[in-house]
Amino acid sequence: MNLWRKLACAVLVLVIGASVAAGWLAPAGYAKQYREETNSPPSHAHWFGTDEIGRDRFARVLYGTRISLLLAPAAALLSTLMAALIGGLAGYLGGAWSRVAMTVTDLFLSLPWLFLLITARALMPLNVSPLLSVLVTFLLLGLLGWTTAARVLCASAGSLRSSDFVRQARAAGIHGQRLFWIHVVPNLKPVLYAQFWISIPVFILSEANLGILGLGVAEPMPSWGSLLKELEGLVSVGEEPWKFVPLVLLVIVVTSFHLLLSRQDEMAV
Amino acid sequence: MERFGAKTIAITLLCLGSLLGQASAQGGELRFCLRSEPKTFDPLKVEEDASAAIRYLTGGVLVRVNRQTQQLEPELAQSWKVSKDGRQITFRLRGGISFSDGTPFSAADVGYTVQQLMDPDLHSPTGDAFRSSPGSVETKVISPTQISITFPAPVAGLDRLFDQVAILSERSPKKEMTVLGPFMVADYKPGSSVLLKRNPNYWKTDEQGRKLPYLDSIRLDIQPNRDVEMLRFKRGELDLINSLDSEYFDKLAAAAPQLVHDAGPSLDSEQLWFNEVAKSPIPAYKKNWFRSATFRRAISEAINRDDLSRIVFHGHAQPAVGPFSPANNFWFNGSLKPQPYSPDAALKALQADGFRMENGALKDKDGNEVVFSIITNAGSKTRERMAVLIQDDLQKIGIHVNVVTLDFPSLIERMTQTYDYEAIILGLTNVDLDPNGEMNVWLSSSENHQWNPQQKSPETSWEAEIDRLMKTQASSTDARKRKEAFDRVQEIVVEQEPFIFLINKNALSAISMTVRGAAPVILSPQTFWNAERLTVSAK
Repeated sequence: MNLWRKLACAVLVLVIGASVAAGWLAPAGYAKQYREETNSPPSHAHWFGTDEIGRDRFARVLYGTRISLLLAPAAALLSTLMAALIGGLAGYLGGAWSRVAMTVTDLFLSLPWLFLLITARALMPLNVSPLLSVLVTFLLLGLLGWTTAARVLCASAGSLRSSDFVRQARAAGIHGQRLFWIHVVPNLKPVLYAQFWISIPVFILSEANLGILGLGVAEPMPSWGSLLKELEGLVSVGEEPWKFVPLVLLVIVVTSFHLLLSRQDEMAV
Repeated sequence: MERFGAKTIAITLLCLGSLLGQASAQGGELRFCLRSEPKTFDPLKVEEDASAAIRYLTGGVLVRVNRQTQQLEPELAQSWKVSKDGRQITFRLRGGISFSDGTPFSAADVGYTVQQLMDPDLHSPTGDAFRSSPGSVETKVISPTQISITFPAPVAGLDRLFDQVAILSERSPKKEMTVLGPFMVADYKPGSSVLLKRNPNYWKTDEQGRKLPYLDSIRLDIQPNRDVEMLRFKRGELDLINSLDSEYFDKLAAAAPQLVHDAGPSLDSEQLWFNEVAKSPIPAYKKNWFRSATFRRAISEAINRDDLSRIVFHGHAQPAVGPFSPANNFWFNGSLKPQPYSPDAALKALQADGFRMENGALKDKDGNEVVFSIITNAGSKTRERMAVLIQDDLQKIGIHVNVVTLDFPSLIERMTQTYDYEAIILGLTNVDLDPNGEMNVWLSSSENHQWNPQQKSPETSWEAEIDRLMKTQASSTDARKRKEAFDRVQEIVVEQEPFIFLINKNALSAISMTVRGAAPVILSPQTFWNAERLTVSAK
């Protein structure tokens, strides 16, 4: 394990550990309002300061990390698996299969998702608990986010299908599932990993944007997305730098995961 | 002789200095932002803020509500008289006035404007205020400087309504593009800017006899993004910001306190209300809560309005007392007392009404846990924050609130079409001092009677009383009687709390040091109400 991987590992252990221990590190919780200390800078009592209504930003970052780190990768996994299944198979099978699958994907991409999401919100009851709102939000993201990845995977699987080593395997009498799982899928892994890691920050930010449609994580529950929304009104970077903590954390975590797994991936290949 | 000579030189120098000062004060271009594209330049079709701003700056009116004193003052009309029955108004006009294209102004133009205004096919939002009953409006030109206008039924506060009526030219081929106001539209770049230039034929002069307006032009940049507006103001690219958010106000105040102005409570209010619509698709037991005045009053009492004002609006708002802001000098009912914040009293009132506390959760007498959702429009930081503070306040009396933000069209659809909501936080923007401007809110038959609109007949005795009082004040021309009736309306609203009024926002603005003569007020348009007397010195 080289130094970068060790560092990435340590960062992830620290962040995940802190978020798991949120109840112990920030016992007052993410919803407690310190109404006399609103929008305060970092202090001994509030390490990352407080937000506009006096909630401890440290506690909100910890609990938000727990939610986003658990659910954004879950949604990314769901969308990547769907993309692998639809795009990978379409590319591997080629011909009519590929054309049908890509037509369906194109159709999916051309749908007016904004309006469909508004309809989805309209169908949902208003009295949804914050926890359920979190699950619904990330499930929606996972189910809707597979299309772009599917096109990439279809193209990759298509090029693998006509590659020399696959032809050689075919010539050696390997066909069907065995060829797919042993010779094609392992070679799609770098693309799958890339799609997976690209999806995580996208889903985290999409969750924040879904709040506009009433589909995001409901108040008072925090998520990285809702914490990043605080940056909207910031006029300059130097004004209140502690508000950038969720953004910095997002970059660090995604980079760490990337370092850790891309190295693993390179070794596997 | 020597002393006389010295005095003469001093006076001459003073006069010269004053003249030079004035000369440098005249001219210049004022620049500020419109937050949306103006939908029309036709003053009779105005219905949104951007078009209203242009109408204010370009339109000549017969009478004008002085935004500082809130009193009605003569403009194109030298004098006016409302008949005792409140149906007829007679204006005596100033002579020798021309439109911006040189067409002379006369009583025939006023008659033409009123006929256009009341044309049902035009659907003029300004004209709606004059429509107290069906029937046609008669205009009679008595002389080129005198006109009487007769309405089919009494119109309360008739003369003040003319503050919004910009006079059109009957004869000019340019129609609505020729104006009687201080400025005229010179250039319009859709999505970018509107350039207004000084009307060379504007009739007004200042106390020294100099022609108004002082400014050469006004550039209105179309900019919906408030962050960009703020940055441009800081860079000196804009001269003023109207209706500043409290957050931006404080940021700007910290850097340059001399640039920001808090004119005190405005007419705008923010309120919470419950869905009381009988046919709404919400459970019957919730309807029972929401239709109970005790429940509504308890919720109101459990909300810490001081915190809403202090935290959400950074102190630039006042806890609301009732339906009218104290800023409305004449119509506000001064006997109303602020709603006390007392969660204990609220809980006691609910318990007396059959609710009980179990394991920290409030339950009604049938055992239903008191849980409801509050919706508000996504993107409004202040309303989202108010909702979260209220969520926390109500948790203290065992009520669980789910805060839901929705895009505005979805919210409006739920509010006005499907009635599929439980509680809403929204605001009322008031530009009219007269309660007649709110007839559409208080009459139970009205579409905008939000908590239970379009009732065939009033469903409660207090709504029937409000209907009666609103109609009484609307049909009376006696200001004292009108005030008595509307005072009682305000009392009933505070007793019954169909709207739980939360706060009245302060009128906040920012004005560059290069602008001279600005005196921000609470009434719209707060900063440029006296645009004709503003000057902009060299940057």
